[in-house]
Amino acid sequence: MDEREIYARLDQVFQDVFDEDSIKVVPELSAKDVDGWDSLTHIRLILTVERAFKIKFSTSEIGKLENVGDLVALIKARA
Amino acid sequence: MNPLYAELQWLPRAPAEFSSRLKALGSSTDSLGRDVQALALPSLDLNQLTKLAGAIGRARGEGKSLSPLTPFRLAVLSNSTIDLIVPALVASAARHGIALEVVQPSYDQVAQEALTPDSKVNSSKPDAVLFALDYRGLPLKLSLGDPESAAATVQGAIGYLQALSNGIKASTNAVCIFQSFAPPAESLFGSLDRTLPGTMRSLIDGINRELAEFVSGSGDVLLDVAALAETVGLSDWHDPQLWNMAKFSFSDQLIPLYADHVARVVAAIRGKSGKVLILDLDNTVWGGVIGDDGLDGIQIAQGDARGEAHLAVQRLALDLRQRGIVLAVSSKNTDEVARAPFEKHPEMLLKLDHIAVFQANWNDKATNIQAIAEELSLGLDAMVFLDDNPVERGLVRKLLPQVAVPELPEEPAYYARTLAAGGYFEAVAFASEDLKRAGFYQDNARRAGLQKQVGGVDAYLTSLEMTITFQPFDATGRARIVQLINKSNQYNLTTRRYTDPEVTEAENDASVFTLQVRLADIFGDNGMISVVICRPGEAGEWEIDTWLMSCRVLGRKVEHMVLREILGHARVAGIHKLMGVYRPTERNKLVVDHYAKLGFAKAGEEESGLTRWELLVEAADPASAPMKVVSQGFAAKEKRIA
Repeated sequence: MDEREIYARLDQVFQDVFDEDSIKVVPELSAKDVDGWDSLTHIRLILTVERAFKIKFSTSEIGKLENVGDLVALIKARA
Repeated sequence: MNPLYAELQWLPRAPAEFSSRLKALGSSTDSLGRDVQALALPSLDLNQLTKLAGAIGRARGEGKSLSPLTPFRLAVLSNSTIDLIVPALVASAARHGIALEVVQPSYDQVAQEALTPDSKVNSSKPDAVLFALDYRGLPLKLSLGDPESAAATVQGAIGYLQALSNGIKASTNAVCIFQSFAPPAESLFGSLDRTLPGTMRSLIDGINRELAEFVSGSGDVLLDVAALAETVGLSDWHDPQLWNMAKFSFSDQLIPLYADHVARVVAAIRGKSGKVLILDLDNTVWGGVIGDDGLDGIQIAQGDARGEAHLAVQRLALDLRQRGIVLAVSSKNTDEVARAPFEKHPEMLLKLDHIAVFQANWNDKATNIQAIAEELSLGLDAMVFLDDNPVERGLVRKLLPQVAVPELPEEPAYYARTLAAGGYFEAVAFASEDLKRAGFYQDNARRAGLQKQVGGVDAYLTSLEMTITFQPFDATGRARIVQLINKSNQYNLTTRRYTDPEVTEAENDASVFTLQVRLADIFGDNGMISVVICRPGEAGEWEIDTWLMSCRVLGRKVEHMVLREILGHARVAGIHKLMGVYRPTERNKLVVDHYAKLGFAKAGEEESGLTRWELLVEAADPASAPMKVVSQGFAAKEKRIA
């Protein structure tokens, strides 16, 4: 799966999780940029990403995520 | 994970336009409650449930009415993270006709909240408190092979739960909902874990058993999470990574399933459960098409794989009937052709005797289901319709959205399991009347036949040889009283719902006049059919807080006899005036003239349609009806309370 496809699918995931159709994800996007991205929504986000890409992250991988770029790199390595 | 449970496959798929319909909710005003329920009906994932709950929250914030959904305030106390569960509860409750408001105290404050009288939970006056505890919230320590310590550990855990229940009851009238405990998937010895005292598995077994006993004795309610977890599989239920990371006590994938189960129980507390199972025949009750294949061609025999699948549907229907669910048939067939297997096929478990209303004709099924509801005097929301044909299911869902219509898989072997998994007939109590209820409705059909024969109503009533029995509320009748208070919609003047503790309070309050009414006739005992609560109003006045009656006994002049009984007690108590009120709902048009017919004078009317009525006790003399009157237990109540 190339990066463009990953971003396109992540757009949908973010829109679904944050209930906001206008979200477009970019590599620098992180929790401080999005209204409602608190620790619990973060978990819902990760769980939805896992479901959407049919992969499972380890606890330490999840702990290291800083922004969308990290997430995409992780998905790319797996999917 | 079995998708039947994890994806709630008895529910239709969410429509592609779910998001746009959700957005349109913001501009909906007059039918908001219905629109919300329609959006909640399909199987929704956690994100969809969260979005729907958000929309419900926004509507509530703007002060919009969610009527006709029934309001319910649920406090949730948990030793785990429930922040993602709460929105799922709110959205799933809408699926079951409940406008749920959740009170959620801070994380892991179970004992503090339950035991402090002015805690957030206790001061919020909840209708129910859900103790969403898992085994990690109990004081458990292993005592391998030591039965005495094991018993002490079990008693300690139960004592803790009882203390929580007592704490809530000391400050509120809430029902406590306890969860049974799902044991961890990991074993210590292996199979020995279940036989050896003091292992985690046998401790939790013991706690679940004692908890079930405690709950059935205390009027609290059990949510059987252990059974749910076992049904989906303990290794899928528990997710150690999610527990470590965020203190989720079970897998996020099962939140929609769990939330639906909580919603069922809340709906059952409010009497919103299915009461009638309407069966299609061809390819549902038997394999094949009776009109084409004939009596010899349909598949229903033991030993035939296809036939056994349909026999399982029949067996489940019969079991449901035994616990009080009324059975009906809606089939596109010529009447005598459809009846033939019931009358002549030796392998059929279902007989015509089991079916209260049999509709076999060429009308569309929506029309037939409406006719069934009318014949039984029950609302459409009490109907569950089982049909293998997706076209018929779609038609009924579209024309009669109040009727529950489970999706069915291709394979008939899974029909019975799917119907059971849907939980349409969830109940929180079982009264002895339930055992007989399916029969009552059939007897009614026979009584109606008798009425035709004898002609005049009074002659008919006399021929029924009725005995009416009046008693104050008591412990024996309590479960059925609570059930009637929460289930009766049509013959219900005020539709006030009360929990078990609230009914107990009325039972023990000398200033409150309570009445439970039973009726027997030549066909048998109808059981408890009417409930009245009068509370003290201004000096010398009683306000009729609750007056309801089962529609099974409509047209028997029971209400006249009940009023005569109330008047008798009012005179003894020195009451000179009865004040009645009619609070209109969607379902109780039937009683709009109840007080006028009984000779009350109208004392006021509000814009909402609410009317107030009064009756001077001295002058009142309502018509009597031909029945024997037994009035008992009133002196004993006075003695008990004094």
